[in-house]
Amino acid sequence: MSTVFIALQANEETRPIIEAIEIDNPHAVVNRQPAMVKIDAPNRLVIRKETIEEQIGRAFDLQELHINLITLGGNVDEDDETLTLSWAE
Amino acid sequence: MDMKATKKKLGLKEKYRVMTRDLGWEPGYHTKEEIFPYATYEGIKVHDWDKWEDPFRLTMDAYWKYQAEKERKFYAIIDAHAQNNGHLNITDGRYLSALKVFLQAISPGEYAAHKGFSRVGREFPGVGTQVACQMQAIDEIRHAQTQIHALSNYNKYYNGFHAFADARDRMWYNTVARSFFDDAMSAGPFEFMIAIGFSFEYVLTNLLFVPFMSGAAYNGDMATVTFGFSAQSDEARHMTLGLECIKFMLEQDPDNLPIVQGWLDKWFWRGFRVLGLVSTMMDYMLPKRVMSWREAWEIYGVENGGALFKDLARYGIRPPKGWDDAEKATDHMSHQIMLGLYQWSFGTSLHSWIPSDEDMAWLSAKYPTTFDKYYRPRWEHIRKLAAEGKQFKNFGLAKLCQTCQLPIVFTEPDDPTMACHRETTYKGEKYHFCSDGCQHVFENEPEKYIQAWLPMPALFAELEGDIGKWMDWVSLRDGQDNGDYVGSVDQRNFEQWRGLATSNS
Repeated sequence: MSTVFIALQANEETRPIIEAIEIDNPHAVVNRQPAMVKIDAPNRLVIRKETIEEQIGRAFDLQELHINLITLGGNVDEDDETLTLSWAE
Repeated sequence: MDMKATKKKLGLKEKYRVMTRDLGWEPGYHTKEEIFPYATYEGIKVHDWDKWEDPFRLTMDAYWKYQAEKERKFYAIIDAHAQNNGHLNITDGRYLSALKVFLQAISPGEYAAHKGFSRVGREFPGVGTQVACQMQAIDEIRHAQTQIHALSNYNKYYNGFHAFADARDRMWYNTVARSFFDDAMSAGPFEFMIAIGFSFEYVLTNLLFVPFMSGAAYNGDMATVTFGFSAQSDEARHMTLGLECIKFMLEQDPDNLPIVQGWLDKWFWRGFRVLGLVSTMMDYMLPKRVMSWREAWEIYGVENGGALFKDLARYGIRPPKGWDDAEKATDHMSHQIMLGLYQWSFGTSLHSWIPSDEDMAWLSAKYPTTFDKYYRPRWEHIRKLAAEGKQFKNFGLAKLCQTCQLPIVFTEPDDPTMACHRETTYKGEKYHFCSDGCQHVFENEPEKYIQAWLPMPALFAELEGDIGKWMDWVSLRDGQDNGDYVGSVDQRNFEQWRGLATSNS
């Protein structure tokens, strides 16, 4: 089993996004470091547009993630509704 | 009269198809081989370019929108930095050395990557690949520009920033990064993708832009954090592109496997050697440290790199050849390079120093098996000499590795008390290497590396060994840019100005 991760800048825009990721991925571990937040999960992490919209209170395009994205690890698959990070089992 | 949009907005996958692959066409006047002459000579076999897909499915319209947003955020902070004496808010003037390495060695690399991606975007036949390379070419020039722009604020006040382009081309510790990029840019398009997409982006930038930039935040340097994270947001896309390129090659034809494995072996080691400079920045040049080089390597090298190779095992890929040697070097390299920079500090466009008691205690805690045993005694000896007024200087010129161009300062992987040195004779000429990894890289392509421009031989060939002339040639101002931090102009200015900023006298 390998760790996938996503790191986002720590700011007002990402706070609700991080909360949404925590809701959708209860197995994920959130590490808060200076100026950044790194979220690790075993093998798979799913980021859902719908959950972010509920947290942020407005329409959200998943590609907006690029603005505050710092780095990630894992194979990426993105469509309109979800962004998935995974390693082959 | 306004037209009413009746059609539903395209979904992400549909939009990606329309705005990348649908932009391509079948050539009529010339054959594909004539138009894309560099696509086959490396031996990579591609049967269907349409199988290439950007996993983010980013199209140019969205690209411009989000990049513009990143730039607005970046410049808001750069303005605030300039307006609020940001150059005085850093924790200590020693931190500036890390920024000087960055500006001299790394930012010009971003520019080189820009040139490389402009070229391979033209050389690859696939439309999805062309679009992704075009975006990356624009990203890379943005990185070079934003980094130079952010650091120009420091150039107004401190030494060593003023001639980064000369330092990059000619200064011995910077040609390490220069040779990495020259090597990549003179390779074919597929190898270039492994060099930059895998080695530079996946292995290097995570370590450079993530823990190091988090460290910049810890040291009060908002300008650097901002360009670092702003750049790294693009790197996430670049890593994904690099990984996609590897998978694409492996899926297209089984004959590609040994070629790809050979490149992964080569570029892992090339990248790891460039990381030697980064390890020193992290362990020695950050006055306040978020994590050690060793801890960062655990996360982004061992864990994340390991995950990648485990994932690629389904195609028959194994971890790169130098993987075990890298693990053995991790607890030594930052100390060995800092000792190198210190003993040759008359010839560096940055300051180095003897670590304080507090720094050494931190290094002992972070490197429990190596620091006290091998490196503390040397620093203490150097400190004793300095107290007697005899700064430890090595006026001999460093012997450089023909491949990575670092001075040969490393030790044997299995014996940290023995200097590591390898040599190969090729066409009657002797070549020196710092490691097995660098020797292997040379021996696979000797005709390429015998042409390498090395700064030490150039000093004799071009400047008759005259150090004064050499300093002019690399734009190094003796007594200002070089030497020990203690007693430097940077130290005096930083302390005096910071004093003025926090008092009224």
